[in-house]
Amino acid sequence: MGIAVEAVIALVKIAVVLGVVSLVVAYLTYLERKIIAHIQQRLGPMRVGWHGLLQPIADGAKLFLKEDIIPDKADKVVFVIAPIMVLVPAFVVYSVLPFSSTFYITQVNIGIFFILAVSSLGVFGIVMAGWASNSKYSLLGALRSAAQMLSYEIFLGFSIIGPLMLAGSLNMQKIVEAQSDVWFVFYQPLAFVVFFIAALAETNRVPFDLPEAETELVAGFHTEYSGMKFAFFFLAEYASIMVVSTVAVTLFFGGWQGIGWIPLPGFVWYVLKLGAMIFVFIWIRATLPRYRYDQLMRLGWKFMFPLVMANIFLTGLVKFLFL
Amino acid sequence: MAEILGAFFRDYQSINSYVPIFIFTLVAFGFAGVTLVVALLVRPHRPDPAKLSPYECGIPPLMEAHERFSIRFYLLGILFLLFDVEAVFLFPWAVRYDYLGLFGFIEMMLFIAILLVGYFYAWRKEALEWA
Repeated sequence: MGIAVEAVIALVKIAVVLGVVSLVVAYLTYLERKIIAHIQQRLGPMRVGWHGLLQPIADGAKLFLKEDIIPDKADKVVFVIAPIMVLVPAFVVYSVLPFSSTFYITQVNIGIFFILAVSSLGVFGIVMAGWASNSKYSLLGALRSAAQMLSYEIFLGFSIIGPLMLAGSLNMQKIVEAQSDVWFVFYQPLAFVVFFIAALAETNRVPFDLPEAETELVAGFHTEYSGMKFAFFFLAEYASIMVVSTVAVTLFFGGWQGIGWIPLPGFVWYVLKLGAMIFVFIWIRATLPRYRYDQLMRLGWKFMFPLVMANIFLTGLVKFLFL
Repeated sequence: MAEILGAFFRDYQSINSYVPIFIFTLVAFGFAGVTLVVALLVRPHRPDPAKLSPYECGIPPLMEAHERFSIRFYLLGILFLLFDVEAVFLFPWAVRYDYLGLFGFIEMMLFIAILLVGYFYAWRKEALEWA
C-alpha cells in the first residue's frame, strides 16, 4: 500500500474519531447532569427535546454565539493560544487508543507512554491560561491545578508499572491481548485503586476539583474565559475523562475483550466498559464532598507514593518467585 | 551515508506508525483554529470597560494579578521533576522484566531504595507539607 493511500485512510479514521468524540463529549455533559439529577431526586434537563435530549446541541449553539471577552489587561496572544494548547493534546491522545481489535488510528510500541506524555502537555495550556488572564482567581486556580496535576501524574505513572510488568509491552493492543484469560485488576487491585484516585485528580474531578472550587476560586483558571474558548476547556476536560477511563479499561479490565461466552463485538464491549467507568466518575461527583488542598497533597505524597512503591516491589517479588 | 539510509528503511515500519499521530495533530489544530475563526465571525462584539476588567467579585480590581506566589509551587515542581525522571527509568525495566530476572529485580530495588532515601529526606525537611 502506498503512503498516500494510508494517509487518506488515516485521515478518514481521524475525522470519524474526532467527530464521534466531540459528539460523545457533548452528550457526556448531558449524561452527567441527568445522572446527578436523578441521584439527587431531580429531573435534570427536560425542556429541549424529549427528556432534554437536545440540550447539549442548544448548549453548543449558545457557546458558539456567545460574546468572546478578552480582558483589557490580559496577555492577548497567550490568552488565545492557551485553550488550543489544552484542547489539542486532549484530542491527539485518541490516536493510539484501542477501540477494538481492528479499529484504532495507529499503534505505536510506546503506546501508554505516549498517552502519559501527551496528556500531561495540557498542564502548559492551563498555566498559560491562568497567567495570561491577569486575574487573581485565574492565577491561583492555574497554580493549584498545575501542582495537583504534576503530583498525581507521578502516582499515575508509577501505578501503571505493575500492569506493564505483567503485560511486558507498552503497546495498547498487546496490553489488551495479554488479558485474554484474566483481567489485570485481579492481579493488581492496589495499582487500580491508586490509578483511579490519581485519574480523578488528573482530570480535576470531584473530590479533587480544587482548581475549580467555585466557593473560593470562582471558576479557577478559566474564570476570564467565555464563548468558544471556554468551550475548549470544557471539551478538553471531558475528552480527558474518556481518555483516562479508556486507559483504565485497557490496563485493568481487558479493553475490548469480552466476558466468557457472550458473543458481542469487541467495540461493544469497549463501549460498555467505558460507560461503566464513566458512570462511576459521575457517581463519585454526586456522592463525595471536596478535599482540602493540604489534605490532597498529603494523600498524594504521604499515602499513595509509598503505596505504589510497595506495589512495584510486591509485583516484582511475586512475579520473580512464582511466575 | 548508505548505512544511515539502510537503517532508516529498516526502521521504516516503526516510523510509519507515527505518521497518523502527526496528521491527527494537524487536524486537531485545524479543528481548533477553524472553530475559533467561525465563532469570531458569528458572535457579537460589544465591549465595555466593566466587561473587559478582570473579575474580582464586583469591586474594581486592586493591583495587577502578576504577583509573587508561594514558594511551595516551585518546590513541588522540583520534586515532580525528580520523581518523574525515576518513573521514566521504570518503564523500560517493567517491559523487559522477564528477561532481566534476578539481576533486574535487585538492581531496581536498589534504585528504589536510593529513591526512597531522597523521599524520606524530603519528608523530614517538610517539603511535602502544605500549610
